[in-house]
Amino acid sequence: MDGIQKLKTKYLGEIADAVDESAIETVRLAAVGKKGEVSLKMRELGKMTPEERQVTGPKLNALKNEINSAIMARKASLADSALEERLRSEWLDVTQPARPSQAGTIHPISQVTEEIIAIFADLGYSVAEGPQIENDFYNFDALNIPPEHPARQEFDTFYMYRDKGDNRPPHVLRTHTSPVQIRHMEKHGVPTRIIAPGRVYRSDYDQTHTPMFHQVEGLAIDKDISMANLKWTLEEFCRAFFEVDNVELKFRASHFPFTEPSAEVDIKCSWAGGQLKIGEGDDWMEILGSGMVHPKVLTAAGVDPSEYQGFAFGMGIDRLAMLKYGIPDLRAFFDSDLRWLRHYGFASLDMPNMHGGISR
Amino acid sequence: MKFTLSWLKTHLDTEATLDEITYALTDLGLEVEGVEDPADTLGVFRLCRVIEAVQHPNADRLRLCRVETYPDGPDGKIVEVQVVCGAPNARTGLVGVFAPVGSYVPGIDMTLKAGVIRDVESHGMLCSERELMVSDEHDGIIDLPSDAPLGARFIDYTNRNDPVIDIAITPNRPDALGIRGIARDLAARGLGTLKPAPIETVEGAFESPVNVSIDAGVLEKGCPVFYGRTIKGVQNGPSPKWLQDQIRAIGLRPISALVDITNFMTYDRNRPLHVFDVAKVNGDLRVHFVKGGESLTALDDKDYTLDAGMMVISDDNGVESIAGIMGGVASGCTEDTVDVFVESAYWDPITIAMAGRKLKINSDARYRFERGVDPAFTGEGLELATQMILDICGGEASNVVVAGKTPDTSRSYTLDPARVISLVGMDIAQDEQMRILTDLGFVVGDDLQVAVPSWRPDVQGEADLIEEIARVASLTKLVGVPMPRPSTGVMRAVLTPMQKRQGMVRRTIATLGYNECVTYSFIDKASAELFGGGSDGVMLGNPISSEMSHMRPTLLPSLLQAAAKNQARGFADLALFEIGQGFEGGEPEDQKALACGLRVGTTAPRNAYGTARSVDLHDAKADAEAALAALGAPVDRLMVMRNAPDWFHPGRSAVLSLGPKNPLAVFGEMHPKVLAEMDVKGPAVAFTLFLENAPFPKAKTKTRPALVLSDFQAVERDFAFVVNSDVEVEALLKAANGAHKKLIDVVNLFDVFHMDDGKKSIAISVRIQPTAGTLTDKEIDAISEQVIAKVSKATGGVLRG
Repeated sequence: MDGIQKLKTKYLGEIADAVDESAIETVRLAAVGKKGEVSLKMRELGKMTPEERQVTGPKLNALKNEINSAIMARKASLADSALEERLRSEWLDVTQPARPSQAGTIHPISQVTEEIIAIFADLGYSVAEGPQIENDFYNFDALNIPPEHPARQEFDTFYMYRDKGDNRPPHVLRTHTSPVQIRHMEKHGVPTRIIAPGRVYRSDYDQTHTPMFHQVEGLAIDKDISMANLKWTLEEFCRAFFEVDNVELKFRASHFPFTEPSAEVDIKCSWAGGQLKIGEGDDWMEILGSGMVHPKVLTAAGVDPSEYQGFAFGMGIDRLAMLKYGIPDLRAFFDSDLRWLRHYGFASLDMPNMHGGISR
Repeated sequence: MKFTLSWLKTHLDTEATLDEITYALTDLGLEVEGVEDPADTLGVFRLCRVIEAVQHPNADRLRLCRVETYPDGPDGKIVEVQVVCGAPNARTGLVGVFAPVGSYVPGIDMTLKAGVIRDVESHGMLCSERELMVSDEHDGIIDLPSDAPLGARFIDYTNRNDPVIDIAITPNRPDALGIRGIARDLAARGLGTLKPAPIETVEGAFESPVNVSIDAGVLEKGCPVFYGRTIKGVQNGPSPKWLQDQIRAIGLRPISALVDITNFMTYDRNRPLHVFDVAKVNGDLRVHFVKGGESLTALDDKDYTLDAGMMVISDDNGVESIAGIMGGVASGCTEDTVDVFVESAYWDPITIAMAGRKLKINSDARYRFERGVDPAFTGEGLELATQMILDICGGEASNVVVAGKTPDTSRSYTLDPARVISLVGMDIAQDEQMRILTDLGFVVGDDLQVAVPSWRPDVQGEADLIEEIARVASLTKLVGVPMPRPSTGVMRAVLTPMQKRQGMVRRTIATLGYNECVTYSFIDKASAELFGGGSDGVMLGNPISSEMSHMRPTLLPSLLQAAAKNQARGFADLALFEIGQGFEGGEPEDQKALACGLRVGTTAPRNAYGTARSVDLHDAKADAEAALAALGAPVDRLMVMRNAPDWFHPGRSAVLSLGPKNPLAVFGEMHPKVLAEMDVKGPAVAFTLFLENAPFPKAKTKTRPALVLSDFQAVERDFAFVVNSDVEVEALLKAANGAHKKLIDVVNLFDVFHMDDGKKSIAISVRIQPTAGTLTDKEIDAISEQVIAKVSKATGGVLRG
């Protein structure tokens, strides 16, 4: 009797004292291994009388179970503390800067162009394109600017070189996106609603001019489109583009050879502290030129002006970007200064749309 | 164009304020670019009197003045102030000009504050002319006659209260290049009435000794009519003060009476004239085209050589004047001129524009004739000028000599008042439409036939009439009217597949870590030549600089220039891209849509994880393939061809082609020579996508093909082959892939190791995907044997031991 109790005390004590797996194994072998003390005792059961056996057998079994359980429990506890120890040793400095990744950017001109497209798409305008090296018919004649008209001089046109033997008038780098009007109507006819964003060129380089910049042309032709529709369209556009509810536009008579009547369009704004705010204040800022398409332009594009009428407008994309995003210098747009591209650029997945808002 | 308010009022009877006038001008399309109103800058300064001037107690050179000021004008209260003044002429009784505390004194660019000068208070300032910026005079303060009206504004007392208005005039409005034309517009707007200006005829007292003829060919178009007359015995001294003042106010310099009169006529009536000195004219005048090669010293003292076909006025000595552009020195007037011949001709706009542009002469006359002066005013203009010359210079006028006849520009158009409303979208009553046209000088006849006045060459149809009505009625009043979408319901997609593709490519490349640039489409010749461009066909005829002389063949040179600039700023590692046009020739159809990307330096900044490494060919390839995948190109099926253009490293570049003749992209390491030429420190790799070349998917359905999955466990087997160094991996991968088309799912390269003996080891893993049942070891071994055999046959590779 004493023997079993002793064994129990001895081995449970040794198990509790075991410091690692191998120590536990040693205890296990010594206690319940094939030649362990408890196993040996159990072997002795055979020699006992049945009465003795009935008393001692269950006790020994209970002892064996108890020792096994203690071993399991000790093993689990050792594993837990080993894991805890490992985790303690695996401490890392979470303040260390992360592995660098490269975030690209979208140029403001691309971004703003997509904003403009999204807005006009919502009004039913598709996007038309045309060549940048343009012949003088599309750039001038078809737009009611005959060869010797003084207006031609006002465009600061870049001309392409002409070989001596080639007697055609020199091609030009398109001075505006208006030629796309003609090309589009020639090909697709009317009624039509398009915008035509793209690069245009003028021979001018100073603080506020670059020899290349971006325009977006707008054209809407149908049977009863009026200048009042033009005003509404531009108001809606400005409201959506500048993301302000109160937009006030003012039409001011002007002259463009390709529209009649023509108007410069001013937008109400304030310039408090050098910061532009659209929709408030008392200043007026010119933002675009527009008008009703000249009958001669429609005729040049193969459209009957007695049946169709409509409007056209042209705005500077770069300028719109500058106004909306507070970008100060036009020339920097084309300078590819990495610091500028990162500062004024847009995230690659920041895609303008009408349902999520035109900008973030 | 500049003009003064008082000049305008010689034609316009108006009570309108300056603000009302400038607002109306801009609204009418005569955009006001600037107003100089003396009342704004000098209106606060009034005449004052020094009651007493005594020595300053603490300063030898200063005087202490008690000044009698009139802050509210002559009839207002009198306020005495104490002023410390340093002027030598400050004395008791002086009548001067007082600047009160709080006023801005332009000449010293300062707003006055009350101050203490050497312990004595001073409340304002007595001004010199320089301080008011009316002259450079600064020897003392302004010293006016003792009977000058105290309290009067300085600008009123000195007749300086005449605002100058500067407006921009669009090329269609030659009539507004004369102040009378501007007045007519304002009158039509309702800002007063146009004053009548009858022209009185001056009877000729003698036969003009100078006659004029126009050559037959010229008469038809170049110069249909020429009026002239001699005026004898003129005195060409300085013009009277009122004329000099007006000439100066609009930014011109008074020269002499005759010149000032012609300038006056130019600005007042848009009627340029020329005056010959009869003493220097030899024989009669003849208007003709030159043969070419003639030369002339013009009134700007420059010599001009004329081209064949230019229009001139000659006498027996030869060419005396470039018609409608500038006269010659030889027959020009001087202070000593006694007898003059005054020319008033109608010159054809196109002929003048062509000659003017070729000769590069920008004169007031050219500017006006090429926009179109009023042909019907040719004779009347001469009469008006004659009277003015007689009034100012004296003398006696001859009869008028006339060659040719005034061209008939009369025309009329039918106006449809309903169309005005439909086009403008404003409800302008028919009566008002007619009233506007009439006030502008149009004549509205029966059946709404509208005759155009002779001074409006720009009006060439009904649309122009509508524009006149709209601008006078005021577009400011326009109220927006909604325009519904062309189709109802959910908005339709509007982008073309190509436009969508460009957007996808742009955003994909940016996602790969590239910064988008927009660079100029023109570039210097040397850079263009490095990239196969720079021919005369893509050259600009009038480049803005030699840095921007040729349309670029591709976007890469621009990106390299951008990289060089950024490297100079201290940024060595870059990934730049641009989407734009490359120009293969100088015709409109020669532009190609390109997307180019350039990586320079390392893939990342130096970092604690050691991920920074030099960019290499394979980065460019990966980027090109990712971008091609974004535009829907079948990247798996592309051929890799070693025929990249020679601005790439010949051994480290390739074309990705869909079939041998349709390149979709090119990628590679930049040629070291190109990098050196463009000042870029390598390594640099780049790709170009030819956006139009990739086919668009033909599938009409949006349904995807069914996904086929196998339930059986896939098996992977690794192989390492030793091959010659020049064997291309692609051949090996293809061979392995082809070893069992049905069961080999993927072949993946996982190691390439170069050995010393001209050999390399290529390690691949082959994934075998059973489809019908789990494979036995034997079957798998059989496939492995096939892989080894195929690879060996295709590449000579042997399994590495």
